Amino acid sequence: MRTDRQLSATRDPATIVRRPACVVLWTAIILLAFTLASGQKKSSCIECHSKLEDTRLSAPAKLFDNDIHHARGLSCNDCHGGDPSADTKEAAKDPRKGYLGKPKTLDIPAYCGKCHSDANLMKRFNPSLRVDQEREYYTSVHGKLLKSGETRVATCISCHSVHGIRAITDPLSSVYPSNVAETCSKCHASADYMRGFGIPSDQFDKYKTSVHAKALYEKQDLSAPTCNDCHGNHGATPPGIASVANVCGQCHARQAELFQTSPHKAAFDQRQLGECITCHSNHAIAKPGDQMIGTDDGALCIKCHTSGDKGFVAAGSMRSRIDELIASMGKSTDILNQAERAGMEVSRPKFEMKEATDALTHARVLIHSSSPAEVDKVADPGLAASAKGYQAGLDALAERRFRREGLAVSLVFILFLATLVYLKVRDIERRQNESGSA
Amino acid sequence: MRIEPLTAWLDERLSISTLAAMVQKKEVPLHRHSIWYYFGGMTLFLFVVQVVTGILLLLYYRPSAENAFESVQFIMTEVKFGWLIRSIHSWSANLMIATLFIHMFSVFFLRAYYPPREITWISGVLLLFIVICFGFSGYLLPWNKLAFFATKVGTEIAGVVPVVGRPILRFLRGGDDVTGATLTRFFGFHVAVLPATATVLIGIHVLLVQLHGMSVPPSLAEKSVKKMKFVPNFLLRDLIGWILAIGVLAALAALFPWELGEKADAFAPAPAGIKPEWYFLFMFQTLKWLPAKIWRFDGEVIGILAFNFIALLLFVVPFVDRSPQNKRRRLVFNLIGIVALLFIVVMTVVGYVT
Repeated sequence: MRTDRQLSATRDPATIVRRPACVVLWTAIILLAFTLASGQKKSSCIECHSKLEDTRLSAPAKLFDNDIHHARGLSCNDCHGGDPSADTKEAAKDPRKGYLGKPKTLDIPAYCGKCHSDANLMKRFNPSLRVDQEREYYTSVHGKLLKSGETRVATCISCHSVHGIRAITDPLSSVYPSNVAETCSKCHASADYMRGFGIPSDQFDKYKTSVHAKALYEKQDLSAPTCNDCHGNHGATPPGIASVANVCGQCHARQAELFQTSPHKAAFDQRQLGECITCHSNHAIAKPGDQMIGTDDGALCIKCHTSGDKGFVAAGSMRSRIDELIASMGKSTDILNQAERAGMEVSRPKFEMKEATDALTHARVLIHSSSPAEVDKVADPGLAASAKGYQAGLDALAERRFRREGLAVSLVFILFLATLVYLKVRDIERRQNESGSA
Repeated sequence: MRIEPLTAWLDERLSISTLAAMVQKKEVPLHRHSIWYYFGGMTLFLFVVQVVTGILLLLYYRPSAENAFESVQFIMTEVKFGWLIRSIHSWSANLMIATLFIHMFSVFFLRAYYPPREITWISGVLLLFIVICFGFSGYLLPWNKLAFFATKVGTEIAGVVPVVGRPILRFLRGGDDVTGATLTRFFGFHVAVLPATATVLIGIHVLLVQLHGMSVPPSLAEKSVKKMKFVPNFLLRDLIGWILAIGVLAALAALFPWELGEKADAFAPAPAGIKPEWYFLFMFQTLKWLPAKIWRFDGEVIGILAFNFIALLLFVVPFVDRSPQNKRRRLVFNLIGIVALLFIVVMTVVGYVT
């Protein structure tokens, strides 16, 4: 409840005038305090650099807005040292205040590793982030060359960019899965740049034609492998002949396992052949097809095997079983589709044909064992499932014939019955007319 | 064996001779529009086919999201002549709706709703709505993909009606989404609520037809019209139609068995270009063509409310157009009927081909 004094004060004209003035004054004080408070966080680095005409010097200040470090509350001095609160260039870049300036290429891994190798520090930002990138980097070809004094190799900033570094989950990041190959290609696709290292520069062009690239770029399947999935990222290195199967086997585990138990394993080791890449190549891995196996002209098996040898016979046998299964499935699918088009309910046998499809997929995997007996073990049930589907299709078409014949008989009977009733009506009406006229 | 004592015994208890005498007296007017009289009987016959085939399907059908599709698949593939029963049930349902529309329009144009036949008309309109509900509820029962999404869209349309829409949607679906709960209650409507209501209404409708006799169009002078005995002349003609209808149903079932499609999957995307059953197509097409906004209101809501309003107007037809003497009103009603018929046909065709 308000007292009489309060009520009279409310009605006082002076009070009425003073009240808006108070509101304006308090608003001004709050705004000033806010401005001063934000001024304490000012960065003279950003302020000056963003105004510089030389784009080399202004770009870092502009790019930093989108940088993950900026988003996490870090500023220029957290990497470069110095005093961002100072108003003059000399004071801001005072070495006594820890100013480091632009790091030399050789120092970059350690420069980033200052924080990124510090588990205690990184936990404050992202507890799940790895802290072994720097150590891993020095196991890479890039890292080893850098250590030897070669400065043309990739360092952290070559892949992650600098000042505009984005989180790896950001689709605009240079190391987002669909951008990785292009990032690597900046150096690796340049023939001039690579000439000094004695390595080819066609990997990216080849990769773009591969089944992996199609999955990544066309199907937008981010789990499809790109450069770093096979070569590693921070520890990037070409997999050796001995370890390439392990690399492919990360995804193609069953094929790798079968290969290890196959007679090919010892033969490939003896001849120093890369396990998977000898047949599938490396960067330009095409979608595998049945034509790759067998003894036909296009088959890969005949590159090593000659007519009559054990491998030649095995390749021919495996291919013929796969062809047999495909032909059988095609026949069954055709007849089931024909029955379906005729309106017959064949969804169950069509579903059961999946057993044959699975068998075919499995048989195609089992060729990595180089054992016709293994392929037969799955091809036989697949052929049986396919034969069952074919029989279901035949039954459905026979049922359709039965229905049509049954319909013809029924229609004859129905028309006969309708005619009888019609004749009866005529008879009744004739008699009615006769009795009426009589 | 002599049956007279049995007939006499029944007659004493059921007054069969009185009923027989009434039926014997019943006559059907013979004129150039008499053909339309057969569509009422044909609709009733197809309803009986629905009841018989529906009961047979019930022997195997299992009304749950887990089993419905598989049980219909079983009926179609494993049960002896199950395919025939299910296909006849589906085809007959569609033919029944078609004959019902023909019957309703013929009654409308021949003015068979003039006094004292107002209640006959009202019971007929109610039966039309019930048959449409039969179609809508039965469509979901095989629990296939198309039915699932059609029900989703259909119930969503009901849900946009202001105020009552949301409760209606939840009541129909048994929750916020189309689930097994929707299937169970649609089954309940389809085999219990709707048949019971339809049986009562058909009883009233047929009884009133017997009571008032067949209506003679006002354009024909009743006294000059020849008459035909209902029993046996008209009934036997009806019978010919029913026998031929069985032939048509058998041919449709054998040549174009009603397909089952794929099992419903709530997580699968809706099939492209999904359309409702043909008898909803004219409304669906109209709603598609309506602009998103009509003045300040949602175009779809306006469309749905307009269809509901027109449906309610059907009930008042016999109370607005009451007299054969009012030629101006007769002309207006003829025009309304022709426009409505053309609208339904054109929109259905457009909906079908686009």
